[in-house]
Amino acid sequence: MSDINIVDAPPGIEGSGFFATSLDKVIGLARSHSLWPLPFATSCCGIEFMATMGSHYDFGRFGSERLSFSPRQADLLMVMGTIAKKMSPVLKQVYLQMAEPRWVMAVGACASSGGIFDTYSVLQGIDEIIPVDVYVPGCPPRPEAILDGFGKIQELVKNESGRRRDSDQYKQMLASYGIE
Amino acid sequence: MAEVNNSSVIQLLADRFGAKISGVNEPYGLLTVETTKDVIIDVLKFLKETEGAGFAFLTDITAVHYPDTKHIAVVYHLHNMVNKIRIRVKVFIHEQTPSIPTATVLWNGANWMERETYDFFGVKFEGHPDLRRILNMDELNVHPMLKQYPLEDPNRVDKKDEYFGR
Repeated sequence: MSDINIVDAPPGIEGSGFFATSLDKVIGLARSHSLWPLPFATSCCGIEFMATMGSHYDFGRFGSERLSFSPRQADLLMVMGTIAKKMSPVLKQVYLQMAEPRWVMAVGACASSGGIFDTYSVLQGIDEIIPVDVYVPGCPPRPEAILDGFGKIQELVKNESGRRRDSDQYKQMLASYGIE
Repeated sequence: MAEVNNSSVIQLLADRFGAKISGVNEPYGLLTVETTKDVIIDVLKFLKETEGAGFAFLTDITAVHYPDTKHIAVVYHLHNMVNKIRIRVKVFIHEQTPSIPTATVLWNGANWMERETYDFFGVKFEGHPDLRRILNMDELNVHPMLKQYPLEDPNRVDKKDEYFGR
């Protein structure tokens, strides 16, 4: 038998027959272990992601067994690879089609900064068109790095306030990208 | 049928076009000729349809920018698959008036090749049915393979000298 890990309960008040905590913490805990990623894989970082999904690294351990190839049901947009400027409206539309709450992870040097492709045809980082939560460095990053970045996303999800997406600050941030 | 080789093709072209064919050369065995814009379609049609030439396959159309001489060379690569020989035809046009007749009248495959050449070099192919950009984004307002543009994206800030102690 393998050791089975179960996540710890969030901090709260416990007594005989009851347990009280805040709703944000419960929802964050549940969400962070059932993120459905949408892989937007355009090049070699996508190959590393395939290795991450494979049995050796087993991305499913973290509740992300189920990839969502429809943006409508996805929670996490994972952009892996070079994004040509001609591709940027497509990427933006995929982001717009995702429902809130949504997170974005830029995997690899190209998605984060354009990488070695410092040229007229390549977007110099996806954060020019959509907001990014976590950047994973590497060219391409090892599966361990992708898993580490995913852990960072999970921490963000766990600790996010339930009202963050309604805040003025968040709306201003979206507006700065031209997103209503 | 007589053998088709570089020298027989050179002879055919010289008989038919005379002084309109110039710069005959065979670098690495690849027959290369230059011609002019007014007869390029006649030359291509002749090479494609004449027995003894038989270059039925259009391999590629591209261009080269020569900023020093202010010329753009439009380059046609043809292939005779029966006799296993190739020919390269160059036409030098001025960079300020980059236009040339379309080869889509001879090969439908020239359609996308000419769109690509237009996209990257701004060469206008007169009579092309649908001359739009094919690879770059539509909003791009330059023809990026012309040599007057900087290579790097000016929006990029992470390569400034201060970050590297220069």
